[in-house]
Amino acid sequence: MARYVVNRLAQAIMLLVIVSGIGFAILHLAPGGPLSQFAVSGQMTQEDLDRVTRQLGLDRPLPIQYLDWFGRMVRGDWGKSYRDGESVLSVISSHLGATLELMATATIIAVLLGCWIGILGALRRYSLFDTLATVGAMIALSIPTFWFGLVTIYVFSVKLGWLPAGNRHTIGDGSFLDLLHHLIAPAMVLALVETAMWGRFMRSSMLEVINQDYIRTARAKGMPEWRILTVHALRNALLPMITVAGLQFPTLLGGALVAETVFTWPGMGRLFLDSIGYRDYPVVMGILMFSATMVLIGSLLADILYAVVDPRIRVG
Amino acid sequence: MATAALSTAQLAPGQAAWRRFRRHRLALAGALIILVLVLGSAFGPYLLPFDDTYIDIMKRFAPPLSGAHILGTDELGRDVLARLMMGGRVSLSIGIVAMVIAMAVGIAVGAFAGFYGGVVGAVLMRLVDAVLCFPTIFLLLALAALTEPGLVTTTVLIAATAWMAVARVVEAQVRSLREREFAVAALAFGSSNLRIMFRELVPNAIAPIVVAATLNVAKAILLESYVSYLGYGIQPPAASWGNMLNNAQIYLTSAPWLAIAPGVAITLAVTSFNFLGDGLRDALDPRMNIP
Repeated sequence: MARYVVNRLAQAIMLLVIVSGIGFAILHLAPGGPLSQFAVSGQMTQEDLDRVTRQLGLDRPLPIQYLDWFGRMVRGDWGKSYRDGESVLSVISSHLGATLELMATATIIAVLLGCWIGILGALRRYSLFDTLATVGAMIALSIPTFWFGLVTIYVFSVKLGWLPAGNRHTIGDGSFLDLLHHLIAPAMVLALVETAMWGRFMRSSMLEVINQDYIRTARAKGMPEWRILTVHALRNALLPMITVAGLQFPTLLGGALVAETVFTWPGMGRLFLDSIGYRDYPVVMGILMFSATMVLIGSLLADILYAVVDPRIRVG
Repeated sequence: MATAALSTAQLAPGQAAWRRFRRHRLALAGALIILVLVLGSAFGPYLLPFDDTYIDIMKRFAPPLSGAHILGTDELGRDVLARLMMGGRVSLSIGIVAMVIAMAVGIAVGAFAGFYGGVVGAVLMRLVDAVLCFPTIFLLLALAALTEPGLVTTTVLIAATAWMAVARVVEAQVRSLREREFAVAALAFGSSNLRIMFRELVPNAIAPIVVAATLNVAKAILLESYVSYLGYGIQPPAASWGNMLNNAQIYLTSAPWLAIAPGVAITLAVTSFNFLGDGLRDALDPRMNIP
């Protein structure tokens, strides 16, 4: 077990190095590279630019610059925002809460609803419910999230007037109920794709389990059906869902960006788009690296957790 | 395809696959809808009396079915149906061209990694893993923000963020096929590595590749709509299904039809390609069952 964890950890660190390499390459692809901030203002002469280049160490060979940049990233110095000079990490962390709130709510909805649909679909395979769920899941995966958001706003905010059309709070109202009221629509929109994914994975995982020999054995020895399902089938079918949770993470983050844009939710996705609009490259790069690192840690945790609960995969 | 032929002894593999595909009604419906969308976008504009960029300020916000404008007009009085058709040309072309580029890169990387294995394979596949760590939309927007937006850049960038899944599929296939007798035989005949890779191994992995290609078109159309909606893809006055939704949110209360038509078009196209991919998967290889 310890060996598996160490192996997996080493892999993750290697991936992080490659991920940071890609990030560094993108940073240097930016027009004007890391100097664009000064070049854009137009108030600096070529001599000034040369001096800044030397001061920032941009005249050194690229590998050295990369090592320097990577070292600073590891120590938590992610640069400063062009917009207000605040450190990138603190800008990100001030927006992280709203995003996590949205992602967590959507995930809870998606896991409960998706697993329920998936299990029921597997147990009543090819029934009307299963067929509708399968087709529905495919359509849900194909609807552009932002468009579903627009439709939601139109129906629930414009026509019915039940839900607010955006933002996290009503100004001057900090109550929990108000927050919840604002959370419903974006969480629902973000949960749509997630529910479809969880439903599909849950269905195939359940189908795989209920055709196993030990289920037939349990049935043969006269165990009541509900006990077979809950104790034997469900417990085993839920295990691979840990991996799904890890795999889902990038999609979830991407979906959050879109949902936040449509509902003007003040999270990391919204910050990312604003920063792109302002050409605030340090923040753009910071969020890019931050999200990739989160994805990396997510899949690492999912793998380790899966190895803990399922002894079969510790080998290798 | 040896196994497919075995399972249905009397039929040629192609025929058997076609039979299985025909049974998949949703895939057939998908193929039909795609055909209608492609033909409509290609020839539709010639049948309309309106140009997609013609501005008629006197006829702003005409609702659908009012007079000659079947789907109404937008905030500048442009015909929505004409824009939808021209937008279809852009969105569908991007979907298909981005798929072709992504397939070319993905197949090349996957074939090399799977064939050579070892350090080369490990490095290439870790690169794939690393790119997959970035949430696609984040990566796409960051790259789009660094470049001049337009038709070509949007297509290339979408392909750049979509090739990894293909590389994984091809790598796994090539790695297992490499050990099979026909590949060993080709090696014994003295075929070059490149020849074995692209004439023997890749054609034998054609079933999963075709499925991946179809699903890739769906993904590319969806991604185009995201970047264009957010303003970093196809730029106005040219229409795409994504950028038609750009202003739709502002006029949601007064002119909801501006949001409906392009959204339905995107959903229809993406769903159709997804169902087509599903049907092809069932038809080409009944054993494959990736959720």
